[in-house]
Parts: sequence; C-alpha cells; structure tokens
Amino acid sequence: MNHLLIAPVLLPAIVAPFIIMVVRHHMDLTRIFSVASTVLLAAVTLALWAMAADGTVHVYELGDWPAPFGIVLVLDRLSAMMIVLTSILALPILLYAIGSGWDERGANFHALFQFQLMGIMGAFLTGDAFNLFVFFEVLLIASYGLMIHSGGGRRFQAGVQYVVYNLLGSTLFLFALGTLYSVTGTLNMADLAVKAAEMPADDTALLRVGAVMLLLVFAIKAALLPLHFWLPSAYANAPAPVAALFAIMTKVGAYAILRMFTLVFGPDVAATTGLSEAWLLPAALLTLIAGAIGVLGSKKIGRVAAFGAIASMGTLLIAISLFTETAAAAALYYLVHSTLAAALLFLVADLVVERQGPWIFVNKPMAQTGLISALFFAAAIALTGMPPLSGFLGKLLVLDATRGADLAAWIWGVILVGSLITIIGMARAGSILFWKGHGLPQDEEEPDETDGTETGAKPAHLPFVACFALLGGLVALTVFAGPATNYAEQTAAQLYAPADYIQAVLGKEAQ
Amino acid sequence: MELLVASAVGILTAAGIYLILRRRSFPVILGLSLLTYAVNVFLFATGRLVSGAPPILNKYEEVVYTDPLPQALVLTAIVISFGMTAVVVMVALGAYLSSQNDRTNMPAEPEGAGDDE
Repeated sequence: MNHLLIAPVLLPAIVAPFIIMVVRHHMDLTRIFSVASTVLLAAVTLALWAMAADGTVHVYELGDWPAPFGIVLVLDRLSAMMIVLTSILALPILLYAIGSGWDERGANFHALFQFQLMGIMGAFLTGDAFNLFVFFEVLLIASYGLMIHSGGGRRFQAGVQYVVYNLLGSTLFLFALGTLYSVTGTLNMADLAVKAAEMPADDTALLRVGAVMLLLVFAIKAALLPLHFWLPSAYANAPAPVAALFAIMTKVGAYAILRMFTLVFGPDVAATTGLSEAWLLPAALLTLIAGAIGVLGSKKIGRVAAFGAIASMGTLLIAISLFTETAAAAALYYLVHSTLAAALLFLVADLVVERQGPWIFVNKPMAQTGLISALFFAAAIALTGMPPLSGFLGKLLVLDATRGADLAAWIWGVILVGSLITIIGMARAGSILFWKGHGLPQDEEEPDETDGTETGAKPAHLPFVACFALLGGLVALTVFAGPATNYAEQTAAQLYAPADYIQAVLGKEAQ
Repeated sequence: MELLVASAVGILTAAGIYLILRRRSFPVILGLSLLTYAVNVFLFATGRLVSGAPPILNKYEEVVYTDPLPQALVLTAIVISFGMTAVVVMVALGAYLSSQNDRTNMPAEPEGAGDDE
C-alpha cells in the first residue's frame, strides 16, 4: 500500500488549519504556505500520475480495512488525470488571487482554497459512494465560503441561491445513496458494480430509481440544462479566482457521471440499460444551446464567461452521454481543455472588471488594453473551439466520435450551430469592450469608478503571469495533442473495462 | 412501523419542498432542515426496520440484528447537515444585512454601466 495516494487529500487538510490557526495574521506567510502547499500538491499529483500511467489500478485502504468494509481510495488513469488537472489549474488561479489582491478582500481565502482542493482531490480519488458524498460536501462547504468571499449584496444573494440549490442536491444525493444501499447492501463502488451486475433484470425498480437520482445529482453539479440555474449567477457573482476554480467543480459532476455510469451502471449492466441514454443526450444538446444563447445575450462580462462554461459543459456531456469508448476519450480531452479555457476566460473577465466594471459597454480603452484584449481573444478562441487552440481539436474529436451515433445529425448540427452562436457572442462582447472604445474622445468623463482600484497604478504582473500560464497550458495541450489523446484513449479503455478496477479493489472476492 | 416511517419521510419531504419554494430565506432554511430530517429517517430505514435488536452478527445461530452501517451513515449525514444549516443561516443573514431583503430570488439587475452592486 503506497501512502502517497492519500497525500493529495492530507496535504491541503493539514495546511488549511495551519493557515487558519498559526499564520492567520501574516498575509505574506499565508500566501507563502498556500503557494508552497499547492506547488507540493502539483508535484505529488504528478508523481501519482506517473504511477497510474502504466494502467495499474492502485488502491489505498484507509485504516487497512479490506475493501467492501472500509473506505478505499482508488487511483486509476482517470483519477490521476483529474487530480493533475486540478492541481495544475489551482496554481495559476492562486497566483492570480494573490496578484490581483482578491485574497486580501476577505478573511481566510487561502484556508478555504486549500479545503476546496482537499474536497476536489478526495472526490476524484475515492472509491466509495458515500465517501464521494462526504468529499462533495467538503468541497461545497469550502466553495460556499469562497463564493461569498469579500461580500457585497448581490454576491451574498447569489451565494444564498448557490447554497440552497446545492443543499437540495446533497439531500437528493443522500436519498439516492440510501436507495442504492437498501437494494445492494453496499456503497463501495466496485462492490456496487458486482452487485448491480448480479441483479436479476426484472427486479431492479429500486436500483434504477437510485441510479437515476444519482445521475440527477451529478447533473446538478455538471449544470445539465434543466438543473443549470444555479450556475450563471453563482459564477458571475463569485470572486474571479473562485469562479475560475469552480471551472473544475462542474467537471467533478462530469467525472462522477463518467465513473458511476461506466463502473457501476455500465452499458452492459442489464439492470440499468436504457436509463440515461434517452434523455441525457437531448439535455446535453439543450445545455449547449442555452449556453451559446446566454453568451450572446449577456450584458456582463462575468456572465459571458459563466454561459461559456455552460456551453462547454454541454459539449462535454454530449460526448459523455453516448457512453462509448471513443466518445469518452474525446470527452476526456475536451474536459481538460474546457477546464483550462473556462478558467482563463474567468480570469480575463476579471481583468476587465477590475478596470471598468462588470458591464459590457463602449468605453475608452482601459489600462493595458492591448494585452487584455489579446488574452480575451485567445480565451474566446479556446472556449468557442476555433483553430489553432485545443478547443478546435477537442470539438473535432467529439464530432468524430459521434459520427456513428443515432442522433449524429442532431449532435453535429447543435455543436456547430452552438459554436457559431458562441463565436458571435464572444465577438460581440470583445468588439464592444476592446474595439469600439478606440473611437471615443479620450477626455470623456469616466462614468464608473466602482471599486476605486486603479490597477494601472500598481505593478500587477502576477495576474498576467497567471493568465499566460493557463494559456500556456492550452498551447501545450494543442502541441502535445498526440500524447494527450493517446492518454485519453487509454483512460477510456480502462474505464470501459471495469473488471481491473473491481479486481484491484475487491481482491480475490471479485470471483 | 413501515407505514409510520414511510409517511414521516413523505410528509417531511413534502413540507420541506413546500417551504423551500416560499423563496424567503427563513422558510427556505426551515425547509432545508425538514428535508435533512426526512433524509436522515430515510437512511435509517435503508437498513430495514428492526427494533430492539443488537447490531451484532452471530456466527453460531441465525439471529435478528440491525444493520449498523445506516446508523453510521446517518451520524455522518447529521453532522454534515448541521454544519450546512449553520452555513446557510450565516450566508442568508449576510445577504439580508447587506441588501435589506430576505428574498432568495435575485432582484432584477439594475440597468446601465457602472452599477456594480
């Protein structure tokens, strides 16, 4: 048993209380510990990634209790990829938060940030359904704190909605887990998979109910269309670095769908076939359309980014909802891309908000307008899926993978039209913000100085470093698209061969 | 007993959902609490309803026992829902104090540039 496996959960769990209790009053020390912890976390996750890359499934039994009785952490290619993505994403976001001074505008930003990382890491690593719920709660309770960081009326109101919506989701999660437990007598995912596969096909009403409720919960997290209402105002009103970190939170939902509905309720489990296929795909298509229209119709730059995130979730869920191996591979590549792209767009949006407020309107050029408009251009290209960045490749992979599907015409049509609408929306926002302002007379009275932060005055290099780091990640994902898609294909292959996973977790008992 | 527990879960859930739909923070918080009670009772029932039996298996004879795992799950769920209720109370209080309004739906956005709050 390799103890490194639990390090991604333990490290933030130790650093966060340390930050609260010991170095709370020293902003510099807090920042140092927070960044050092995140760097260390990145190193640990990369080491775990290297461990999992050969395709073995590593299992960590907490307290050395054997699998169906104790809680296990499981590291396979998918979890390894997700934790690496999280830690790689967290580092630029943290730098941005420090550089832009967001972390000073309220209490305990860094501690909450570490707790949030702990929850996300745990959710990706755990092999137990109830433990997944617990880690969901850990990441959510940290996100509630982060969401209302630095306060303000609208942010609090958006926070109330966000908290209430997610508490409802958590309650539904518990109902789903209770139902599954009452049918199968276990909550270990591998054991669930064994029990679900053994179920006689005509006696599975409760199991199907539980599976659908679970899917609904994950759809809430993933902002699938009828359940996406919490996202736009929450993301648009959250502090920008927090919104950027939330880009990975919707992916937690997508990950959970991918995990549970390949491992436990996989395509060849008789008990639950045909449960999700009928409506997950149409809902994903509608999500993409709603996101695209939202991008086009937003009056605030933050909402543009939020709806952009919804649109990218739509594309991702389209690929996931087919539940085939090639589509899963495309989904995984697109997942990494869309996380980085959405985070980048949130950060760039904040650069604009810091300079001229949240509204999209024609204003005289802001400070560093050239750099910011270039970054916005790059982020928009990435998120809409235009060449040359990885979004194009991701969408191409998704389109290619859906070619043989029943609804292929619909999928292609929606993805292409949705992308077009998103492009128009981004172009509209970008041209109003950055382009039209050049025609204005320069001495016009500034209508807004909302928060009084004149960023032109202070040397704020770190936010740009953070943005360019995320952009660099996107470029790397494009340049190394070959190895990345290889890895995604191997991951998808592992996902659709759950016998290894079950064997690794349950040992000999799988037979 | 089944009827009693089942109707308790049902009534609590229905009342909770009704209160959440009231869209003011105090009823919403009460509704969330009722929902968490409902789910706690529900989780208890998932181990099958047995009364007066120990949570111990006996390998020498067939005995009636109560499943201890749902009780552990309920304990976890109670702790989490307690913490969550505290958080939602604080967030709702913050929202009320900063906007003098306890509605949980967002007011329409003020039109025009430069209106941040």
